[in-house]
Amino acid sequence: MILFNHVSKRHPGGFEALREVSFELARGEMAFLTGHSGAGKSTVLRLIALLERASFGQIVVNGQSLSGVTRRGLPKLRRSIGMVFQNHKLLHDRTVFDNVALPLVIAGLSRDDTARRVHAALDKVGLLSKERAYPVMLSGGEQQRVGIARAVVHKPPLLLADEPTGNLDPELSREVMALFQEFNQFGVSVLVATHDLELIRHLPHRTLTLKDGQLVADSATP
Amino acid sequence: MAQHARAFSYSLGQLWRARAATLMTAAVIGIALALPTALYLVLEHAQQVSAGWKGGAQVTLLLKQEVSDEAARTLAIRLRAWPALTEVRAISRAEALEEFRRLSGFGAALDALDENPLPAVLVLQLTAGQEDAERLLAKVRALPEVELAEFDEQWLKRLHAIMAVIERAVQLLALLLAAAVLFIVGNTLRLAVQSRSDEIEVSKLIGASDAFIRRPFLYSGMWHGALGGVCAWVMVSLALWLLHGPVQRLAALYQSDFSLSGLGFTLTLWLVAAGAVLGLLGAWLSVGRHLANIEPA
Repeated sequence: MILFNHVSKRHPGGFEALREVSFELARGEMAFLTGHSGAGKSTVLRLIALLERASFGQIVVNGQSLSGVTRRGLPKLRRSIGMVFQNHKLLHDRTVFDNVALPLVIAGLSRDDTARRVHAALDKVGLLSKERAYPVMLSGGEQQRVGIARAVVHKPPLLLADEPTGNLDPELSREVMALFQEFNQFGVSVLVATHDLELIRHLPHRTLTLKDGQLVADSATP
Repeated sequence: MAQHARAFSYSLGQLWRARAATLMTAAVIGIALALPTALYLVLEHAQQVSAGWKGGAQVTLLLKQEVSDEAARTLAIRLRAWPALTEVRAISRAEALEEFRRLSGFGAALDALDENPLPAVLVLQLTAGQEDAERLLAKVRALPEVELAEFDEQWLKRLHAIMAVIERAVQLLALLLAAAVLFIVGNTLRLAVQSRSDEIEVSKLIGASDAFIRRPFLYSGMWHGALGGVCAWVMVSLALWLLHGPVQRLAALYQSDFSLSGLGFTLTLWLVAAGAVLGLLGAWLSVGRHLANIEPA
């Protein structure tokens, strides 16, 4: 699902965010990406979603080489990826329903189909009763679950999460991780960037560890 | 198609939610559109008035007082034989009096005179493209019956020239104000794009195409422009309504049946359509540029 082949990312200032990173995430696999802040976790996710482009090396997502994706092709790539952010990135002037519906509106689904799938996604994250609420009326954990519902509502084959539990207490964090595991069981490939080692220690998934922009450990190849 | 319908109604909803600001922008656009429209109407009416006066070269011969209507008619027959003239119209003294009474508004003053002060008149129509009109003028002036011979068309030509200048000025002004509408709409939408940068950023993250993000703004620009057209229509109609009474009185003093005609259906349609097209264009020019600046970070 994701292939990194000797990928480096050098920022204009000369700072090297990633150095020669190579790994592969199989279709339907779930993995954690860990390391200290600044180790390059976010950069990996941003390169996959083409929020940035790699300086060197090759990245393939869902069978498509990212170097061949033009500006016009960007939206199509991003629609195949569900993204969860630490700060949720919800629209505060819209209801929970409208926030979750956004990817479907962009995809041009009919009103009925949209409502049906939004309800299914909200039901999955346990927020069906809050569909008319505005994000500010929700707790941090609830807001994050709205963000997750929005990331999966259009059933992308790949789910990326950048520090999804960064602002949550351990209890809520475990719930969020359980959600990701559930989606993974439905066949979605999941890559979660987190520095919360305590949280993932007991989870039976592969862990990729970054340090200073280099991949220093991969639990799949000890 | 469904996405267009959604953007269509969404942009309308946005305008409604900010209706005070929308109305203000529309009013500014309306003023910019109303100015050239009003000037165009003035020109239209001036042309309508002057259309009654023929533009062709014409010479009016005022005959001497002692020349009788009978002698005038004989002279007219003689002149008709001249190849340089296409038409010779004789106006008897009584007819001249009647016409003067009708056109001048000095009827009462004429009634006070016990004798007709007006001479018989011959109106000569020159063949088109008459080059040596001056020579012809000299020739008719030499006729013994003629008191005075004058070109009629000189001042009319000047009037037409002045109107052509004004027409060009109106066109230039319309061009300038159309550019102003582009800038007004462009600026309004630049602010709209800025105020919704969060939404645009998230939409781009989720995979919205540029066209999808741009669409509601384009519709918004079109609505602003069309509303501006409606505002211009209201302003011009109001001005016409306020002018109607005074113009009617002025026309009555000249014993003319001239009256102001309003903005017809076609002109109204043109006005609103011009507003909509300018709004769309302004949005197109502005939004694309400002959307490109908002990239997810």
